[in-house]
Amino acid sequence: MTRITLTIDGETVQADEGTSLLEVARKAGADIPTLCHNEQLKPHGACRLCTVEVVKGKRTRLVASCAYPVEEGLVVRTSTVEIEKHRKLLVEMLYPTALHLAKRYGITKSRFEAERGDCNLCGLCVNYCREVAHRNVLYFEGRGIDRKVAFVPGKAQECSSCGACFELCSGGFVVTNHGTVSLNERI
Amino acid sequence: MCPQTVRNEAPSDDKRWKIINATMRRNGDDSHALIETLHSVQETFGYLDDVALSYVAKSLRTPLSRVYGVATFYHFFTLKPQGEHSCVVCTGTACHIKGAQALLSAIKGSFGVAPGETTADNKLSVISARCIGSCGLAPAVVIDGNVMGNLSPQTLVARVEREIG
Ligand code: SF4
Ligand code: FES
Ligand code: FES
Repeated sequence: MTRITLTIDGETVQADEGTSLLEVARKAGADIPTLCHNEQLKPHGACRLCTVEVVKGKRTRLVASCAYPVEEGLVVRTSTVEIEKHRKLLVEMLYPTALHLAKRYGITKSRFEAERGDCNLCGLCVNYCREVAHRNVLYFEGRGIDRKVAFVPGKAQECSSCGACFELCSGGFVVTNHGTVSLNERI
Repeated sequence: MCPQTVRNEAPSDDKRWKIINATMRRNGDDSHALIETLHSVQETFGYLDDVALSYVAKSLRTPLSRVYGVATFYHFFTLKPQGEHSCVVCTGTACHIKGAQALLSAIKGSFGVAPGETTADNKLSVISARCIGSCGLAPAVVIDGNVMGNLSPQTLVARVEREIG
């Protein structure tokens, strides 16, 4: 496997080709917040909390580190004033879900009206159900502001022998399908 | 034993399933044919029900969860039976400015249905859409597939009344 050399927060580090920036940076000691990331799952790229700054040649941009594979010669900064401002805004928009992050950023209220207080559509439950549990009970229904986690009709019983997604959810373990079923009740 | 593709049995002996099967076969019965197949079901049966979605999932060997995800993502697909006539009101930017909301409230007032609903007698389904590409005709409406433009609430209601008889 090809080794790749890059700079993270001023330090030169080496990593295998194909690894994500998030993984490498965390190994190098960076403290990057994430919400939709889970080592067992493919990158989902929904929350953007893992945003870092990458400098490639003359260009500087902000990228989602969980979905960005390491590149030779990349110069990465994992925390800048701009990044922290960005993260704080995202956490405020997630409020009142993801309260562990709200605490970290000192957020106790939000200027934005919460669309819903439970699910923040991080996708951990849906992706886990598909990629790891291989049960395909959950899916995202609808799109845009109507998007919600839903059960495939008639398949919800399968959850009684799994339930792994409860542990993953940061939003209070509530998943509703047409506003009726909730994982909370453990079906 | 010689390898042979066994087709799943259609949910009923309704001849229309043959059309769906043909669509799937033409696309190699592969999961990438999902949207194409759902289009075929929508056009043939008028809507997608649980039975049809399960059959498509099984036939294309794709998770039912994915089929539901796709079916609910696109506004083109409907999971409930539609009325005999359809009235699509454009609520895109141009039509919005030219009074799409007034059209919708006129329809609600005269027929009692909001976008996404069907009248109790199953005569009329009202749908809202985002820009149907006829901004020059704003506010535009599509009644049973025919685009109509520059509509006032009164002409629209009269027109729909004539269509549904
Ligand atoms: S129910 Fe929980 S785990 Fe699932 S998408 Fe919503 S917040 Fe994420
Ligand atoms: S952890 Fe990278 S986008 Fe959510
Ligand atoms: S906005 Fe109605 S047709 Fe474009």
